[in-house]
Amino acid sequence: MADDLKIPLLEELEKGPWPSFVTDIKSVAGKSEMAADLLRQLEKSYEDKRGYWKHGGLVGVRGYGGGVIGRYSALPEEFPGVSHFHTVRVNQPSGWVYTADALNGIMDIWDEHGSGLTNMHGSTGDMVLLGTRTEELEPTFLALTQKGWDLGGSGSDMRTPSCCIGPARCEYACFDTLALTYNLTQEYQDELHRPMFNYKFKIKVSGCPNDCTAAIARSDMAIIGIWKDDIKVNQEEFAKYVDSGMDVQGIVVDMCPTSCISVDGKTIDIDDSNCVKCMHCINKMPKALAVGDEKGAAIALGAKAPIVDGALFGSIMVPFIELEEPYEELHDLIERIWEFWDEHGKARERIGEFIERVTLARFCEEVGLDPIPQMVTHPRENPYIFYEEYFAEEGEGSEE
Amino acid sequence: MATDVERKTDIGPPHYEQFLHPVMKANYGKWLYHDSIAPGVLSHTGPEGTIYTVRAASPRLASTNFIRNMTKIATDFCDGYLRFTSRNNVEFLTDKEENVDKIKAALAELKIPVGGTNNAISNVVHTQGWVHCHSAATDASGLVKVVMDELADYFTSENLPAKTRLAVACCLNMCGAVHASDIAILGVHRTPPVIDHSTLPNLCEIPTTVASCPNNAIKPTSIEGKTTVKVDEDKCMYCGNCFTVCPSMPLSDPLNDGVSIWVGGKISNARTEPMFTKLAVPYLPNNPPRWPEVTDAVKKIVDVYAANARPFERLGEWIDRISWARFFELTGFEFTKYHLDDFRWAGTTYKRSLQNRY
Repeated sequence: MADDLKIPLLEELEKGPWPSFVTDIKSVAGKSEMAADLLRQLEKSYEDKRGYWKHGGLVGVRGYGGGVIGRYSALPEEFPGVSHFHTVRVNQPSGWVYTADALNGIMDIWDEHGSGLTNMHGSTGDMVLLGTRTEELEPTFLALTQKGWDLGGSGSDMRTPSCCIGPARCEYACFDTLALTYNLTQEYQDELHRPMFNYKFKIKVSGCPNDCTAAIARSDMAIIGIWKDDIKVNQEEFAKYVDSGMDVQGIVVDMCPTSCISVDGKTIDIDDSNCVKCMHCINKMPKALAVGDEKGAAIALGAKAPIVDGALFGSIMVPFIELEEPYEELHDLIERIWEFWDEHGKARERIGEFIERVTLARFCEEVGLDPIPQMVTHPRENPYIFYEEYFAEEGEGSEE
Repeated sequence: MATDVERKTDIGPPHYEQFLHPVMKANYGKWLYHDSIAPGVLSHTGPEGTIYTVRAASPRLASTNFIRNMTKIATDFCDGYLRFTSRNNVEFLTDKEENVDKIKAALAELKIPVGGTNNAISNVVHTQGWVHCHSAATDASGLVKVVMDELADYFTSENLPAKTRLAVACCLNMCGAVHASDIAILGVHRTPPVIDHSTLPNLCEIPTTVASCPNNAIKPTSIEGKTTVKVDEDKCMYCGNCFTVCPSMPLSDPLNDGVSIWVGGKISNARTEPMFTKLAVPYLPNNPPRWPEVTDAVKKIVDVYAANARPFERLGEWIDRISWARFFELTGFEFTKYHLDDFRWAGTTYKRSLQNRY
């Protein structure tokens, strides 16, 4: 029970102004032996400077291959409360929006069936219910689905797509991030719940180049809002920024990466043909400047953390695509990418590493994308070109 | 649980629309602008009115009690509406301006800081660490707690040159994607896996294990007639790839595991393109419960950045302007052979001009 926790090292983490996870876990340790033993095992980790969790374990709910991460204590006799400590990933709503009633409903389920601990949220975007026993998995799943919730992804499957708040609370949104994320999640339930890829495939959806979901760094497929036409200018509001004493020259004009802004007194002029849509000026003057009307998204492929072959950012494959329901063009593209990757990718090879191995040229050819200058920072610097066309003497060989 | 309940699968998440505040629903896709009212408080305005957002910190590792405390505030002051951000903050949403102070007061009573907007240090993206992970080289929640105790004033104010994003990952798997943060704290192993030959032949697929190594350091071998693997320790860079596919090759080493610090990454396209983090400090010891060496180093970086960068210059942009040589000079961090890249594309990081500052 909580009163015999004996966790002096962890209690050092109850001091200071930042919310303490130790204090918080202690608050449920009275009613949850799992939470109490989690603290006791963690105290031992703090003493010994090492973790005490076993490696994985195949557990799940019937008919699903993903959504549950098996976890067992390496010291089950010492800490029986965490002998099983599996994670249940619950697919979050688009934009991480909730009502109190809906969240309380999940908390009721988790107090009954699990440790009473969560992550709000996991790195991929799921609501993470942290710590339960194998025999509680199916009842937890049943209770969740009765209230309209389902599991997210894990393992070599399409991971739970996630998105920014988008048009629900942001004037920068260049398309409906929430609707698209919901659409992709529903369209690909099978790919989400039953791992059958070479490796994980993450999709993140951001409404503008500010990229609040870090899609360009963290998702195999990044869908990031962009516009093609001119930044919308409200000169009256711009004049108010000048009147307010804001250093418009220093903060806005001089920081434009393509020097395409000029200011004359209280009037701003933008050379939109040279604007790279970086968002800096709009971020600084949201009342005076706004994204244009011809809106859609760019698609980048291949971002990942270092494992296996080094960290990658996403590479731009499609500089602009319109995203309106029913998103058929995007679905087609996703399915062509999966098909080629599925057929030719190696085990544990993410799409970014796969593209580097098979080359961007071949990847484009196979999935039906045209090579365009927007895909690269510059053309190749080396002369080792695999020419495929050549002339031959008349009457022999290729015609090209 | 009753067994006569129909078992549903593949229903997907609930539709988000039912969780949107009426003002957000009415202004959906029609927002005009936003204002920053105070640190941690934003307003967004559209033709159908204004929604106020109060952003609060959370430990991410949160109990059902914590979440019920949050939903209570949402019920009392926000008609039940709340959301979470991609950086683990909680956001309270109300159309009543007079409720902003009430929400802040309720959070203050729970000792939850409000902030994380604009030129602040927002909440920390982080991983599980010793709390829940088998490959952790350090604890994540503990590191976040001690670092943010030190930097809490930067969360509740907007006094930095630009927004500053911190992340903690407890091993090179980087579930916290620290590779594009302004300041990243990364748990590291420093010794090769210890192979358990008694379990490996039963638990691990040899070809998969051999193929998992990015440096081809793992080879099949035979011990007492059983096929197992050996590691060329000179080639091992302690990445943990093999452990991910083979449980018999743990890397955990209490004497040598520790923490590295990385700086200068960014995600957004504002001004400059997205940037990876680069190595600042190759190793600091695991010194729980409060990791003083780590908090000192992070504080040092933030202080030097705050004192030297220009307005709205992100940490990585500032370093690019002043040079890495000057960054090491200003922070006092030692530049070592570990700062010289030796993995794929290392050559692209070598300096190939005479443009240095003297």
